[in-house]
Amino acid sequence: MPEVWVIVEHEGGQASRVSWELMDVATELAAALSARPAAVILGEGARALAETAFSYGAATAYVAEYPALTPFTTDPHCQVLSALAREHQPAVILLGATTRGRDLASAVATDLLTGLTADCTHLEIDSETGFLRQTRPAFGGNIMATIITPDHRPQMATVRPGVFPLPDANPEASGEIIEPGKKLDKQLKPELDPATLPVRRLDFVPAGEAVSLAGAKVIVSGGRGMRSGKNFALLEELAAQLGGVVAGSRAAVDSGWITHQRQVGQTGQTVRPVVYIAVGISGAIQHLAGMQESDVIVAINNDPDAPIFDVADYGIVGDLFEVLPALTAEAGKRRTATSAGSAER
Amino acid sequence: MSARYDVIVVGGGPAGLAATYTLAGAGVSVVCIERGDWCGSKNMMGGMLFTHPTSKVVSDFAEKAPLERHVTRRDYWLCTGDSTMKATYESDDFNIEPYNAYTAFRSRFDKWLAGECRARGAHVITETLVEEVLTEGGRAVGVRTGRPEGDIEADVVILAEGVNTFLTEKLGLSPGMKPEYLALGVKEVLALPREKVEDRFNLEDTEGAAIEIVGEITGGLPGTGFIYTNRDTISIGIGVMLKDLVDNVGEAYTFLQRFKEQPQVRRLIAGASPREYAAHLIPEGGVHNMPQLCGNGVLVVGDAAGMVNAVHTEGANLALLSGKMAAETVIRCRDEGDYSAKALGRYCDALENSLIMKDLRQYQDIAPFLSSHKALFGLYPEVLSAAVKELFTVDSLSKADKQRLIFRLVRSQIPSRRMAKNLYDLWRAFS
Amino acid sequence: MAIHSVVCIKQVPDTTQVRIDPETGSLIRQGIPSVINPFDLYAIEAALYLRDQFGGQVTALSMGPPQAEESLRKVLGFGAARAVLLTDRAFAGADTLATTHALAAAIRRLDSEMPVDLVICGKQSIDGDTGQVGPGLARRLGYSQLTYICSLDKVDLEARTITAWRQREDGRELLEADLPAALTITEACNHIRYAALPDLIAAQTMAVETWTADDIEVDRAQLGLKGSPTRVKKIFAPQARQRGEMLTDNSPEPAAASTLLLDRLSERGLIGDA
Repeated sequence: MPEVWVIVEHEGGQASRVSWELMDVATELAAALSARPAAVILGEGARALAETAFSYGAATAYVAEYPALTPFTTDPHCQVLSALAREHQPAVILLGATTRGRDLASAVATDLLTGLTADCTHLEIDSETGFLRQTRPAFGGNIMATIITPDHRPQMATVRPGVFPLPDANPEASGEIIEPGKKLDKQLKPELDPATLPVRRLDFVPAGEAVSLAGAKVIVSGGRGMRSGKNFALLEELAAQLGGVVAGSRAAVDSGWITHQRQVGQTGQTVRPVVYIAVGISGAIQHLAGMQESDVIVAINNDPDAPIFDVADYGIVGDLFEVLPALTAEAGKRRTATSAGSAER
Repeated sequence: MSARYDVIVVGGGPAGLAATYTLAGAGVSVVCIERGDWCGSKNMMGGMLFTHPTSKVVSDFAEKAPLERHVTRRDYWLCTGDSTMKATYESDDFNIEPYNAYTAFRSRFDKWLAGECRARGAHVITETLVEEVLTEGGRAVGVRTGRPEGDIEADVVILAEGVNTFLTEKLGLSPGMKPEYLALGVKEVLALPREKVEDRFNLEDTEGAAIEIVGEITGGLPGTGFIYTNRDTISIGIGVMLKDLVDNVGEAYTFLQRFKEQPQVRRLIAGASPREYAAHLIPEGGVHNMPQLCGNGVLVVGDAAGMVNAVHTEGANLALLSGKMAAETVIRCRDEGDYSAKALGRYCDALENSLIMKDLRQYQDIAPFLSSHKALFGLYPEVLSAAVKELFTVDSLSKADKQRLIFRLVRSQIPSRRMAKNLYDLWRAFS
Repeated sequence: MAIHSVVCIKQVPDTTQVRIDPETGSLIRQGIPSVINPFDLYAIEAALYLRDQFGGQVTALSMGPPQAEESLRKVLGFGAARAVLLTDRAFAGADTLATTHALAAAIRRLDSEMPVDLVICGKQSIDGDTGQVGPGLARRLGYSQLTYICSLDKVDLEARTITAWRQREDGRELLEADLPAALTITEACNHIRYAALPDLIAAQTMAVETWTADDIEVDRAQLGLKGSPTRVKKIFAPQARQRGEMLTDNSPEPAAASTLLLDRLSERGLIGDA
């Protein structure tokens, strides 16, 4: 039976959200192909994550815990993944377009001499041909391209976190765990000697703050118009009232006002919040590429001709240093009213 | 240790490249230093390139250079309000090679010419600003660029820095840039499919039209406009004197927008999409504001030398020729081993004897005349237009009555004596 | 002891200006200036920095059409000692797999002439945006791979290792890799130097070498469009979002506009459960 694989990214017992977002996509694609959705989990703690994979829709979990696979470096994971792919011949392999996922995807695609499409925003099975149609932005988001891999297998694609929604988990679901067979094991063990890995991790420094833009429902984002890093406090205040997270454009990152973790755009993250509030952001296409899939876009800018207004559902032309406090105060009032109301009940 | 060349040319526009090309052709070691990303990236013209002067510098340019259309029709328009009077000259003679003139783009042409210079062995360095001309004992000995280890030595420095005469002023050769001697040209390049360009302007193949416009297009301020046809774009723009803009708080861009909306113009450019907007200063002081052109180890060419004949929109021509002439002087100096101020001064002599100085002297009174006779850009066109309109309007007046009406109309706006004086002054200014 | 780095660059259209022709549905590339892929500038600087520290040579390599020669010449101006343009109609239409096949073959030839220690690329190109060439090359050549490098730490030429910080979403990791290695560099790593005049002058007389498919050992079936497993089925303009309601048209004051905005958002049930 053909299979659609999701390579599960995990560290320290925790899987990245994007893996489960993709598990849902894989389930849909598998249905269209009369195939089976599977999770591939490599490294220490893999077996424990198999249950979670099943709860998100996987029918099978391929698991391998060779010591060389932890901590993650690309080469040993590539060795195992390529070997598994050659053995089981999946029709499709999906990975999260994270720094780790992109490297691994490209390395495996090169090993298998197959096609890989990065940063897909849309995936579907062509009803006529059965091919995976992979749609992605190019030229900084100026155009969209639909790509197919007609003659090579597996068809590989990466998807950015947050592009697809996180499905609900079904804790009742179960599946089959498959470990590498004897033959494969015999082939891989010598290749995966931890003592001869070409790349070794010596140290890890976590980012100052744990920022998660991917799951945020409300994002308040600042651009060049904010004028200084100090002024981002205004965005923090608004975000606090709306239950949101603060982010920024590339200009804000380049000016050192926020960290790269908070950058939205072509060379930052893609986000799909319910509400995206763009403050002092002009709306260059490279920024739009990262947030134009938001449900609702609100723009606050003092330039009525700023391109951001062409894509915003609600536009406020004005001095952001006046609008932000007013908006924050009004949001605060409503919040108090709501909690006062609920307290009374 | 600094680099060394025989000649440094500052600026990679038509003047600088013409000098570089000529020098390289004679085996002189020369470097041209341009501050833009590529030669031509910071330049702009309407505009037209004339074959005669251009081929004097690069004999086979017509075959190899990137050119748009060869001009077969010249138009002169007088615009007032929503009316236009046109004088057109077109001739099939202009379809016989060698063609008289071409429309072209500086950003492409200059880039090509820089390539030709390189092919001849000249060095062309871009994205580099010359900050200073280095002197020793009052004599130019090289330049300082903004780059690390950026000094260059040379026997002669040719200043082709264009309208922003920073270096020429620093050396004390130039009286400085003054708003009354500068015009601001603003231009848009509009994309229109080739067939439409040919259809609208009645052209076949690579024929081209060049339209010069005067009248009320610059809000009553002295100024001109132009429309040139390119392969699949149209160049349209206006030029106004900087001082007039400052005094009248006007915006050149606003004039251009209004000009584009003028009914006769609007039709020509309907459906064309703006590709590019450019603006550039043009030195129009002519002989009134010319720097000293020959210095100690320095020669000044092109716009930096104020060599622009505003009336005939000739800037690139004079730039190319002056660049070549400066180069020829330097070549002779090298051959004779004499780079003294006197020897370099032969450039100035050559200029005096050429059409460059002759034309500039002849037209030296035009700009001041036009500036002080704003009526030529407002009242006169209005009155003339009203008169002609009256002439073409068929109504119940007898021809004799109509004639009288027209004369009264004109005289009420412009008394006969005033008109006679204006015409006399105009004639004087042009001769 | 010296380092030979091969920097792979790509000449790309200035993507802020690329558009789709609404009538034909094809890309309008005419008249758009070409530039060195901005991310490659960080790769070039990293290579030059290592050369300055350890001695050695920087070779610039690019696969592209004839006009990519201009970009390679620029790299010579920054101080690269050699520039090679891989150009051949056979390479046209290549996706990243076909591209790495050709580039890897070129690097092998460069290696045979002078052993290569590092292959350095930018983190992604601004037209393709895939970031796949760096890791693909590492795999093809059997080099270790260090991607998203935000800071170089050290090079030990005796032990034949390079150590660098790699940017991850959740922080930075310090990795040590065996040489030869393939690196991709991020914008946090450095800033391209303002080339010195002597380098610019030297570059004037240097030649950019041109190699065709015949000059490297390749399998022609794996080149260009034919050798590309991925095919572009269609390109289209992204679905344009529409301009919505300009709240300040009727309510110009910040307080009034804010009230209106929050009314709208609550009507749609988008806020309220913070």
